Amino acid sequence: MTASVLLSVLPPFSFNLVQDVTNMLQFTFMQSALLAGTALAVVAGLVGYFVVLRRQLFASEALSHVGFAGVMGAAVLGIDQLAGLFGLTALVALGMGLLGKRARARDVAVGTLLAWVLGLGVFFLSVYINGGGPTHVITLGVNTLFGTILGLSPSQALLIALFSAGVILALLALLRPLLFASLDPEVAEARGLPVQLLGSVFLVLVAITVGVAIQAVGILLLFSLLVAPGAIAQRLVARPGAALLLSAALALAFTWGSLLLGFYLNYPVSFLISTLAFVSFVATLLSQWLLQRWRQRAPAEQRPTAASTTSRS
Amino acid sequence: MLPLVLSLMTRTPSGGLVALRVQHLQSGFPSPAISWNLIEDMQTQLQYAFMQNAYLAGAIVAVVAGVVGYFVVLRGLSFAGHALADIGFAGAAGAVLLGIDPIFGLLVFTIGSAVGIGLLGKRIQGRDVAIGIVLAWALGLGVLFLSLYTGYASEAYAVLFGEILGISVDDLLVTLLAGVIILAAMAVLYRPLLFASFDDEVAEARGVPVRFLSMAFMIILALAVSEAVQVVGVLLIFALLVTPAAIAERLTARPGRAIAIAVVLALAFTWAGIFISYYILYPVSVFITTLAFGSYVLVRLILAARARVVRRPQQALEGALA
Repeated sequence: MTASVLLSVLPPFSFNLVQDVTNMLQFTFMQSALLAGTALAVVAGLVGYFVVLRRQLFASEALSHVGFAGVMGAAVLGIDQLAGLFGLTALVALGMGLLGKRARARDVAVGTLLAWVLGLGVFFLSVYINGGGPTHVITLGVNTLFGTILGLSPSQALLIALFSAGVILALLALLRPLLFASLDPEVAEARGLPVQLLGSVFLVLVAITVGVAIQAVGILLLFSLLVAPGAIAQRLVARPGAALLLSAALALAFTWGSLLLGFYLNYPVSFLISTLAFVSFVATLLSQWLLQRWRQRAPAEQRPTAASTTSRS
Repeated sequence: MLPLVLSLMTRTPSGGLVALRVQHLQSGFPSPAISWNLIEDMQTQLQYAFMQNAYLAGAIVAVVAGVVGYFVVLRGLSFAGHALADIGFAGAAGAVLLGIDPIFGLLVFTIGSAVGIGLLGKRIQGRDVAIGIVLAWALGLGVLFLSLYTGYASEAYAVLFGEILGISVDDLLVTLLAGVIILAAMAVLYRPLLFASFDDEVAEARGVPVRFLSMAFMIILALAVSEAVQVVGVLLIFALLVTPAAIAERLTARPGRAIAIAVVLALAFTWAGIFISYYILYPVSVFITTLAFGSYVLVRLILAARARVVRRPQQALEGALA
């Protein structure tokens, strides 16, 4: 489904948003995209809040590369690609959970592992190319990794929605202990919570999220949705429950906005999502900085009056 | 980054690797067979000018990566190093799209991102998030460039894997110059940077310009990544930056010695990788990353085993006392 073919059939943008959305939803591929995008945005928003809270961005990034090596490795060995994908990412996620507790040691260990996984990915690729292997597998890889969210079949979209629902349920079941362990690992451990086990289970959830995203909308789109909403929510709201909701809502807004824009503007949806996410994060930082400066100036002007009121009383 | 690789490979008619292989088969490359007499093998390899250049360029990159990598590990910047490499690739893709030399795109994107990351994330805690956000956006731009670009992408492909077997004498001189500049900058910043990396707060209290050093090092890192990309590719520089230094850090606590170990290891992995890839036609980065990771695991296992041996008599003693 190339863009040029699409353009000739697509209705023009009309500034009547309701009309535009109804036009958009007449297409089956847009319905599928909306279903899969919504499910993944909610998962990524919720999981992403914890990823940011636990400072595991690098681990998530590494897991997405591992997932890729898993797909390619499975293809080279001739096993089922989903088995390779979920098997390898979950295994590595468990291993990462066991790595160093100190942040810096973990950083280095993840980096070392990632470097090798990248080499492995190159190796699998070159096995294909050297052997003149089936190029359709590579093309398939491109389509899935790059985020062909507009090329999903309804059954694929349903599968993604189901997997996402599973991850969301698991996360909700673990919500309270995971929050406790993320916010204050030492106190949580002293209270008898299995902090390390929770960490491993959480990374497995990240791995499943990555796996679902690779099948459907690509690593890239997932990474934008994983980082920015959680980071913005954490800056704006202190209460974890509200921040989680805000994070999911932001991820949804980015996804829906990009689908709408992508439908009419003919730019890659993942580019639009990453741009929306980046611009929103920078806008949040700027507005907070301005607010802070304004607040700092305000008390300085109010100080004399404040002093006079206290002296009067 | 890997998604970008895939896209490029499908866009190249025969696949870049095949092209490279054919290219160096055509350049009078004999069907190589190892004789297991390593000195003789080495002499055979060094008859070829392109192998000499590969070993020399690899050496320059390895030395720079060892020195810079020690600080990457010390300052917990592995994620930044990885991100800069990925971002550099997006920059190269943009340059290819505009029809300019990829190195300009690389430099603009890596240095711009290094400054951006430095500005967005002042504290160490916030830096992780800043890196993630800049990386996500740069990758998004990479996707846009690639979706706009429809031509033959061998240049961008070379950026990814490097062309260690296709380095000219001019390339070698540029690499040497860049390497000398980076090492000179590191020599000037060495003592304050070491102080700031070990103890941020005390260094700041003593009047060391911590913020400036942090930004300066990010820019040096961006330069090191860009310098190496031409020779060994985006994939490889990350392995050379992080793994040798990670091993060195486990072996010794003294900075000077750790840097020396990191440089020696990076050099050993690079040369061994080039040596092997002469006989087995896979990308050099495959061998270098595997050698590096294998050594890292081995060192950790040996250290863990030694720690257990040391601990056991102690436990026996404690048991006897109890």
